Amino acid sequence: MAVLVIAEHDHKSLKPATLNCVTAALKCGNPVAVLVAGFHCDEAAKAAATVAGVGEVLQADDTAYEHFLAENMGTLVTKLAKNYSHVLSPATSFGKNFMPRAAALLDVAQISDIMSVESADTFTRPIYAGNAIATVQSADAIKCITVRATAFDPAKAVGGNAAIKKIESAGNSSLTKFVSAELSKSERPELTAARIIVSGGRALGSSDEFKKLIEPLADKLHAAIGASRAAVDAGYVPNDYQVGQTGKVVAPDLYIAIGISGAIQHLAGMKDSKVIVAINKDAEAPIFGVADYGLVGDLFQIIPELTKAV
Amino acid sequence: MKILVTVKRVVDFNVKVRVKADQSGVELANVKMSINPFDEIAVEEAVRLKEKGVAKEIVAVTLGPQACQDTLRTAMAMGADRAIHVVTDSELQPLGVAKALQKIVEKEKPDLVIMGKQAIDDDCNQTGQMLAALLGWPQGTFASKLEPGAGAAKVTREIDGGLETIEVKLPAVVTTDLRLNEPRYATLPNIMKAKKKPIEALAPDVLGVDLAPRLKTLKVVEPAKRKGGIKVPDVATLVDKLKNEAKVL
Repeated sequence: MAVLVIAEHDHKSLKPATLNCVTAALKCGNPVAVLVAGFHCDEAAKAAATVAGVGEVLQADDTAYEHFLAENMGTLVTKLAKNYSHVLSPATSFGKNFMPRAAALLDVAQISDIMSVESADTFTRPIYAGNAIATVQSADAIKCITVRATAFDPAKAVGGNAAIKKIESAGNSSLTKFVSAELSKSERPELTAARIIVSGGRALGSSDEFKKLIEPLADKLHAAIGASRAAVDAGYVPNDYQVGQTGKVVAPDLYIAIGISGAIQHLAGMKDSKVIVAINKDAEAPIFGVADYGLVGDLFQIIPELTKAV
Repeated sequence: MKILVTVKRVVDFNVKVRVKADQSGVELANVKMSINPFDEIAVEEAVRLKEKGVAKEIVAVTLGPQACQDTLRTAMAMGADRAIHVVTDSELQPLGVAKALQKIVEKEKPDLVIMGKQAIDDDCNQTGQMLAALLGWPQGTFASKLEPGAGAAKVTREIDGGLETIEVKLPAVVTTDLRLNEPRYATLPNIMKAKKKPIEALAPDVLGVDLAPRLKTLKVVEPAKRKGGIKVPDVATLVDKLKNEAKVL
């Protein structure tokens, strides 16, 4: 039973979640092929070919895939899927966008955000913001799956030597046109791939304080910066900083939650981190219920001190 | 412009759900139910477009048991003009719902369908994209801004790296993210008025689509509990623990 992974990439390199997705794919079946659909994406295809465990890379190089528009991605994946038992992509804003389109066109269910592969047709996935875990079984001939990257170890980026096969574009729908993107530019590691995350909440009080307190600590730890939904809603940081069930799901080695009370929705996005530190003035805050190390006190005093000490 | 909005009745977002002892699902008896928050945002967006004179009519649609009428009344109290209720007690999954909505859209011929990006019960995040695919329509998912124009709409989307703006030809399906708007509270006079607005009840077989679930839920369990740790007295102890005990620094 051959398995297809739809790679998330930026035309030059693979996004880290693609590697976790390959691991999930290898648990579903063998061989694993990786589709790199992009524009001028030779480098990303080459990167996919060296991933350990990958048997073949399919490269669709066309302007239709430059911005990964769901209509074009959906048509291409639908066309290819018929040769595979499973089609997987990361449960990121990339995979979530086109995979349900492909599933509907194939007349199969999608299994969203899987956390484990129990067998070729049975998977676990979170429901109710991660407050319950469902084990679901699919009877469909093709399983369309999005993968929660943090639940699977990344495949090794090197060691493989797969052949790259160029395939034809499935065309441009012209239903949707890319206009512009405003991407947060940062020298820091990407939130979903960082080893350490420093995350700030509403208690920081303003965008200025967020910057003044969180950034130096993150810089010193070479950490990514995250935020609670409350901090994002209050406009302290852009939306793509949000950690939580409806934002990004992260599992770094160290997660430092600063001034975050720990709403269920936030906990669902970070409770699989290896070590959690909570700093909050409210000793009863729910965040302490999941933290390995809690420090109760005034964050405006503690954070500069911590930044100095690490 | 005519807008169709979809609403789902779900466990209220403030309720801490409990898994049933027999692992067949979560406890729904005597639990407060509400309109799915993302759908509430969808209704609000449609109502604002009507207030701006962009939309002429708003039709709210739901599928589910009789009690879902409440959800439709909520949508109408916010400003939807009328409602369609596909009445069924069977388990519903995104593909079946998308197929049913496809039939309703083909009959109602809206210019725009606005839906929540996901329901907070099954967290699937599929139905909008599936409906768009079945209709052969474009989609603008995870919208934080929606600007309909002549024959096309600009949609700003929340994506992992920031924001992306696309232009979708109309008709289209748009799914809402959290920051698209802040839904209004329905006022008492509007709640009273909504009681007089029409709900068209349909049996699923009228639509002629297969609503049977494709995924079988084998069991539902509680997630692995994370044990709370210790409180440390000061920064020095914290740094020491992180370096020497947890070894993450």
